[in-house]
Amino acid sequence: MNIHEYQAKQLFQQYGIPVPDGKYTTTAEQAGQVAIALGGEGWVVKAQVHAGGRGKVGGVKLAKNVADVITYSKEMLGKRLVTLQTDSSGLPINSLLIEKIYPIKRELYLSLVVDRGSERLIFIASAAGGMDIETVAHETPEKIVSVPVHPAAGLQGYQCRNVAYALGLKGAQHKLLQKIMQGLYDLMLARDASQIEINPLIETESGDLMALDAKINFDDNAVPCHPDISAMKDPSQEDDKENEAQQFGLNYITLEGNIGCMVNGAGLAMATMDLVKLKGGLPANFLDVGGGTNVEKVCEAFKLILSDNNVKAVLVNIFGGIVKCDVIAEGILAAIKQVHVAVPVVVRLEGTNVEEGRALLTNTGLNLYAADDLAHAAEQVVALAEAA
Amino acid sequence: MSILIDKNTKVICQGFTGKQGTYHSQQALEYGTQLVGGVTPERGGETHLGLPVFNTVQDAVNTTNATASVIYVPPFYAADAILEAVDAGIKLIVCITEGIPILQMLRVKAAMAGTGALLIGPNCPGVITPGECKIGIMPGKIHLPGSIGIVSRSGTLTYESVHQTTQQGLGQSTCVGIGGDPIHGMNFVDVLSRFQADEQTKGIVMVGEIGGSEEEDAAEYIGKHVTKPVVAYIAGQTAPSGKRMGHAGAIVTGGKGTAEGKVGALKAAGVTVVNSPTDIGAAMKTFF
Repeated sequence: MNIHEYQAKQLFQQYGIPVPDGKYTTTAEQAGQVAIALGGEGWVVKAQVHAGGRGKVGGVKLAKNVADVITYSKEMLGKRLVTLQTDSSGLPINSLLIEKIYPIKRELYLSLVVDRGSERLIFIASAAGGMDIETVAHETPEKIVSVPVHPAAGLQGYQCRNVAYALGLKGAQHKLLQKIMQGLYDLMLARDASQIEINPLIETESGDLMALDAKINFDDNAVPCHPDISAMKDPSQEDDKENEAQQFGLNYITLEGNIGCMVNGAGLAMATMDLVKLKGGLPANFLDVGGGTNVEKVCEAFKLILSDNNVKAVLVNIFGGIVKCDVIAEGILAAIKQVHVAVPVVVRLEGTNVEEGRALLTNTGLNLYAADDLAHAAEQVVALAEAA
Repeated sequence: MSILIDKNTKVICQGFTGKQGTYHSQQALEYGTQLVGGVTPERGGETHLGLPVFNTVQDAVNTTNATASVIYVPPFYAADAILEAVDAGIKLIVCITEGIPILQMLRVKAAMAGTGALLIGPNCPGVITPGECKIGIMPGKIHLPGSIGIVSRSGTLTYESVHQTTQQGLGQSTCVGIGGDPIHGMNFVDVLSRFQADEQTKGIVMVGEIGGSEEEDAAEYIGKHVTKPVVAYIAGQTAPSGKRMGHAGAIVTGGKGTAEGKVGALKAAGVTVVNSPTDIGAAMKTFF
């Protein structure tokens, strides 16, 4: 789960990580008042969307006076921001963060992530902040330092000093960095975050360290344990269909093709998408209906798939392990009738009671094709989508 | 021979009296697995499915001499269940549970270091030696005792591989679903090394997917140490970057963990990588 920058900065403050003076707002008038209340000689107006790359596309603007703060806020609010990290329709800007501007001496990078290889939380730091860290890692790996933390020992002082020296920090700054790193570590553990990134972490002209940006991802598996984090969810920043799917325990992701896919199991669902592409088609979605499929779930899955107007044909691919194929076939028939599915549906069933299942799907008078095997099913659905 | 489990393996079930535990224990018993009891706290002394229920894993081990355990407890209790099994001296722990928080798994893995216990999963279908022992939720009927070792991050793609190798008449030595979570127990290399050493296993099917770098590690290992034919399939070639594809571990981030990179690494190691998940069995058949 993602949260907004302003929410991440509120959490930072709870853990003693310094952030710029600033305030969240939803109207241009308020934005002006916020700027006056903050004081100072300049402000930054930051669009609150769940995507990076905002600065390059007008989602972050520097204002020299309050009139500019209001103008920029009006320009941004209500618009959709398209960045390198969003799809072509972008994300809605419903709120802004107005912050004071600080004189920046250097931009650094600091993050805390779960490293799958070492099975540790690791801090990643670089003196080359403000840039895309993957680019830095790729082009100048020597500029990146990483520090794994053992879960039993926790973060140690020497680890913070190693990072401080690598970042070229001096004197009292070492203590400032240690406080920030300890704050990140405590926040990560207490709230079950899966990744926290500060890019850039700035060194101000006066030598202070401050999180100029803040990005936190939370572990979806643990969000139910943290009602306060769960309450930070902003559905406007997510795909409507993906939100709806979640309510029914379905795993759905919108894609850009015209062949709807309904599959049991995440791996098989990915493989089905790949196979559709291999046969010359393009999948409209990823959809895992899960292991214990029933009529209700299949109905909801059909509704979701068909709410995408691009869909010209649907491929259902079920490997009936625990669930018997004849039960699934009955579910599909019931769903097609209940939901009034108008596009052709190709069904590939395999596993327990497959013959009974296929028999049920043959000669139904519906626009329904029971395929013999998966390869043929994919070919058939691609042909049907092309013909539509 | 097979790997990890055989007809002599004594198994207990944690979360025995729950809905999932009950259903899959029945299936395991029907398959012929030597399930010797189960654990549900506060239900010790009862009999369930004709088998003894124990309060603790230690009690179960003391009485039954079980060496393997399968876990069907809900996600927020699963880390506790894994560590209870480790402490009781269980050698092979199979955790089916999906949805365990990642930070809990980091602690579990750190605590398991040096204990010698093996963990399969979590978020996996389990492990089966066809005709001998089934530990997990896979449908027993599709399997055929034979010569192909199967290792996979995905449940349903394991079933596909099983189905195809059964249809080709090759059968399976042992099938291991290592699970779809980013932090998990046995990895590809752990299983591949055992298949390489196992006499019954003549060929290996490896099913990977986007996310992480275990397939790349496996490719390196195969290039150096595996002499048996390996057929691989990598799921997620069409998956968009930055999106989690159902499995918590199936995500491409910052250009890392792509299907393309994994396929390239495996091909360079001499692995037969099929483009279509429907070609796994036929590709393996060409070696026999």
